[in-house]
Amino acid sequence: MKLLTGNDLGSGAVTWWTGNGWSIHVEDAADVGEHGEAILHAEEGARRVNAPYIIDALPTEDGPRPAHIKDRIRALGPTVRTDLTLKPADPAAGDWII
Amino acid sequence: MYTYDTYDQAMVDARVAEFRDQITRRIAGEMTEDQFKPLRLMNGLYLQLHAYMLRVAIPYGTLDSRQMRMLAHIARTYDRDYGHFTTRQNIQYNWIKLEDCADILEELATVEMHAIQTSGNCIRNISSDQYAGAAADEVTDPRPWAELLRQWSTFHPEFSYLPRKFKIAVIASPEDRAAMRLHDIGLELIRQDGALGARVFVGGGMGRTPMIAPEINPFVKADDLLSYLEACLRVYNRYGRRDNIYKARIKILIHEIGADAYRRQVATEFAHVKTLGIDPPLAELERIAAFFAPPAYDAANVEPDRTDPDFAVWLDQNVKPHKQAGYAIVNISLKPIGGIPGDATSAQIDVMADLAEKYSFDELRVTHAQNIVLPYVAKRDLYAVWHALRDAALADANLDLISDIIACPGLDYCSLANARSIPVAQKIATRFADMDRQRDLGELKLKISGCINACGHHHAGHIGILGVDKKGVENYQLTFGGSGAEDVSIGKIIGPGFDEDGVVDAVEKATEVYKALREGDERFLDTYRRVGLEPFKEAIYG
Repeated sequence: MKLLTGNDLGSGAVTWWTGNGWSIHVEDAADVGEHGEAILHAEEGARRVNAPYIIDALPTEDGPRPAHIKDRIRALGPTVRTDLTLKPADPAAGDWII
Repeated sequence: MYTYDTYDQAMVDARVAEFRDQITRRIAGEMTEDQFKPLRLMNGLYLQLHAYMLRVAIPYGTLDSRQMRMLAHIARTYDRDYGHFTTRQNIQYNWIKLEDCADILEELATVEMHAIQTSGNCIRNISSDQYAGAAADEVTDPRPWAELLRQWSTFHPEFSYLPRKFKIAVIASPEDRAAMRLHDIGLELIRQDGALGARVFVGGGMGRTPMIAPEINPFVKADDLLSYLEACLRVYNRYGRRDNIYKARIKILIHEIGADAYRRQVATEFAHVKTLGIDPPLAELERIAAFFAPPAYDAANVEPDRTDPDFAVWLDQNVKPHKQAGYAIVNISLKPIGGIPGDATSAQIDVMADLAEKYSFDELRVTHAQNIVLPYVAKRDLYAVWHALRDAALADANLDLISDIIACPGLDYCSLANARSIPVAQKIATRFADMDRQRDLGELKLKISGCINACGHHHAGHIGILGVDKKGVENYQLTFGGSGAEDVSIGKIIGPGFDEDGVVDAVEKATEVYKALREGDERFLDTYRRVGLEPFKEAIYG
């Protein structure tokens, strides 16, 4: 599956295209299929996202899992500061990244 | 310390106002990211993995307690309560919001700080010896010259759009504590027949093509230095490869045309530049130098009481001789076992500011090894300083030992990285946590980069580690034999790479080989240079 990701223009936060907006949670991300480029240009033009790009991901029971470690780190947060990740209470969060 | 005059302050204030307007227009949609990106980079604002990152300049690594407290305030108010001190003697914040950036820069400007020259293809923040003004072995204080270069280079109209970024280091001691010859230009201030001048090295650097700068001129008179550097930059600006980003650094130019040809071109250009009268008059040099006059030393030469064994270890490892009797240079390690190299909380930054104000004539330094220095501490105060540092978890006695690791932010933060650096540093430091074991190994400079750009200086590590992406999996190459000191050398890759745990094991095996083969007071680097790679390779791969 294909995901569309970028950063929020104002906050810089990592965001994921949900099908009708942007979420900071990768599990909300929608498969953009072949429509990624079109959505990317429209959303970037409307300043709803900064530096967007399309990535590969695998569907899982818990939602999409980005194929590359870099995007998994983007999705969750730095592996060395688990107190700063999106799910700081989840002790298995690091396993999801690696 | 240098203090802004009205021109300096007006320039910085104007820049803040200009960038505030640019940010407003970007958020309003009047500029695209392609248009905005070069503008934000000129103000030190990057877009990294998780958020915007702001890199704040600390000219030649020198700051006072008021500025240090401002760095803590920024971390506490606008970021996530910590900052990361970098290998360029700067600090960067990892969680900045675009809408806050102008306010941050405005606050920084109130204490004579900014983020200019921390990005872009300009002359970057000048770096220097963290012991400047305090080192027993310096021929002069390099900071006035670093400050002169700062003033010359900031907003220099000819050198704002160079083929690539440009880094200059200035030292004034035979012991190189600033990796001087791994800069685009390295200056070593020396005296020749009583006259002050500089050895000029050009074309060094790390990155994907590491090179040691050749000596381009053995002695440039201090009176000619600015003109000579102007000539060095002009030749680069004219002939540097703008067509290929990977070949755009000056080291590639000099490698391609040869040091002799470059030297001749600089000489020709210098003959012209010297007629332009850009070297400052003596009065201006004296005005700048006056800001760096020695502090009012008043302490008697009293040796500290060493009966507390933990204090004694810290004294031996982290405290260095001072040129003034009765004083010492204190190194504050930002490398706690299992911690993140270079990170400090806002509370710790405040503690260091307080200690500088109380015990170090209000001055601190940031080192390229991502530590902090209190340059002027009376020996009588060392025990009190150590106690305060210990209370703030800042008293690790590991300077230059294997756990004093330089590590770039790596894939945990950096959008350019291919692999994580910090977890490897943490695992190695934890493996060697025992202080007796570390001290037995002695000086061992271990440096880790998460990509070929080499921000973690792995090429200059006695042991270097380079993280690469091997089909989507992190992999770590080991290099041995590098040095950023006066015995400068580039490390060599020892063989196939390792996974994260494997590279930690390999480092441990290398230390065991060293212990078995060392002679006398040899450091790891000395033994490696004497015996070569083979015994290490056999132990690691055999």
